[in-house]
Amino acid sequence: MTASHPSPEPAAPPPGEIEVGHSLWSGAWHRLRQNRLAVFGGATVGILAVLCAIGPIFAQSYEDQNLDLGASPPGAAHWLGTDTLGRDLFARLLYGGRISLMVGLVATFVALIIGVSYGAIAGYIGGKADAMMMRIVDILYALPFTIFVILLMVFFGRNIFLLFFAIGAVEWLTMARIVRGQVLSIKKMEFIEAARALGFGRRRIIFRHIIPNVLGPIIVYTTLTIPAVMLLEAFLSFLGLGVQPPMSSWGALIKDGADKMEEFWWLLVFPGGIFSLTLFSLNFLGDGLRDALDVRASKD
Amino acid sequence: MLRYIGRRLLESIPVMFIIITGTFFMQRFVPGGPFTAEKAVTPEVERNLEAYYHLNDPLWKQYADYLWDLTPKRFHPLALAGGFDLKEAFGIDFRPSFKYPNRTVNEIIAEKLPVSLELGMLSLGVALAVGLPLGILAAVKRNSWIDYVCSSVAMTGICVPTFVLGPLLVLGFAIHLGWFNASGWYGPIDRVLPSVTLGSVYAAYIARLARGGFLEVLGQDYIRTARAKGAGETRVIFRHAMRGGLLPVVSFLGPAVAGILTGSFVIETIFQIPGLGREFVNSAFNRDYTLILGTVILYAGFIIALNLVVDVVQVWMNPKLKFE
Repeated sequence: MTASHPSPEPAAPPPGEIEVGHSLWSGAWHRLRQNRLAVFGGATVGILAVLCAIGPIFAQSYEDQNLDLGASPPGAAHWLGTDTLGRDLFARLLYGGRISLMVGLVATFVALIIGVSYGAIAGYIGGKADAMMMRIVDILYALPFTIFVILLMVFFGRNIFLLFFAIGAVEWLTMARIVRGQVLSIKKMEFIEAARALGFGRRRIIFRHIIPNVLGPIIVYTTLTIPAVMLLEAFLSFLGLGVQPPMSSWGALIKDGADKMEEFWWLLVFPGGIFSLTLFSLNFLGDGLRDALDVRASKD
Repeated sequence: MLRYIGRRLLESIPVMFIIITGTFFMQRFVPGGPFTAEKAVTPEVERNLEAYYHLNDPLWKQYADYLWDLTPKRFHPLALAGGFDLKEAFGIDFRPSFKYPNRTVNEIIAEKLPVSLELGMLSLGVALAVGLPLGILAAVKRNSWIDYVCSSVAMTGICVPTFVLGPLLVLGFAIHLGWFNASGWYGPIDRVLPSVTLGSVYAAYIARLARGGFLEVLGQDYIRTARAKGAGETRVIFRHAMRGGLLPVVSFLGPAVAGILTGSFVIETIFQIPGLGREFVNSAFNRDYTLILGTVILYAGFIIALNLVVDVVQVWMNPKLKFE
């Protein structure tokens, strides 16, 4: 058996022997479904994402003000109550969720692109270039990056695209380390040698042959990066540096609730609750994926 | 080891240089300045202000002068005990603040830093005091209900961010039960809620890391040997497994301390604590050039120094590693 071959394709059974093969992915899927917490996490994230995507069509508009009503506690008309301007909190949560989830996805995508390319290139080239590149990562790790994101947001205006970029630019370091470690072990394998013998260029080998074989760890850490990114966005919004009104995110809603919690507890409890629930679910899903894909938590 | 420390210190010089240069030029090349928010000042006042802060000099000269002021010129660390004056101790001059014209950044740091340090130490104490027992207990009672309870508590700590937990604690314990003040930084009792809030996330991470570390160590042969020789469970855990089990926790302490430093921005805002974190956020909003630079340099210095300490402790605890 080619047991050392990490390719996602199932190993071909020897002829004449009937064997129901499990590919890496179907095996992982099976293990993932057995993990109740991970299933719960995945389902919750899915439901929340769908609600945030289509919910605002049915819910009242998040901008509809009703100043006569003011802040009202949860009830039949407004399930989660209203804020001080009489806006429906449930609708605002769905709209805020759109932004929070979008920041989570887009900024993670930025981090993913930077981290995977950097790590794969460093690992594949090896030698002095690799040592230099990873030394840079080490140094960046030691920097107070949150501080720079704060400065960027203050200086260059609170632009949501800058937010995506700034957060993505902070979160790619771990991804780069993990990918590099994986690439180092894969590049010595025979199928890479075969690809090189066929005369493929460096770029093609890295992106077509090596990266697909590192997908497992990449998927796991992407899932775990999303909550980290959402946390950073909420942190910035809480300081007044993230998403600006009239747009809103869960972090901004939490900030709003924290300012008014003495009288209107629901303004803090529901946004805080739904945000924590999302982080929970994403973390459970990520942990479940890690177990299912059998990725060792190597920190290099 | 001394060579290793020396090399790391040398390496940190270009890093600090890049941080200073980057921050200096970034804040100069963006629109807006420290005086744009003020009511219109007469041209004369503006000229005086610019002369006072040397804003009329060419940019390269301002930069060079500033770098010179930041260069350490003496070494009397003991002077720090008398009130954190970096000028007294190392000859580092962060210059006057732009927002508070009659105060220097050195004075502001000397006043606010001790508050933030106290908050940070207490939070780290909470994190270790809660996280280690939780993690070790979970590992020793692996896959029992105790493990599940400890692990769930840890997961909750990770998923409830400080800016949710802090206001919730205030709502429950200060406003409803009236046990604490909702904000302020006066008596010892005012330290409780902020340090618990800031420490909670790190307690959770430490618990998870300690559980993982102990699980790995407890499965090793030398632990079985210790048990076979009749060592009691307590002795096995605290004497034999401790060192190896704590390794992941120690390597996490570097990032944890950095996180606690930046986390204090939010905590100091929620609880209205007069610390350096809140001052940093305000200085950024105010474009207080010198105060921004001063705090950034200070934070960067702290983080670099603490990472070095953590790396040294790590090697000292794990004989398999070597200083390279």
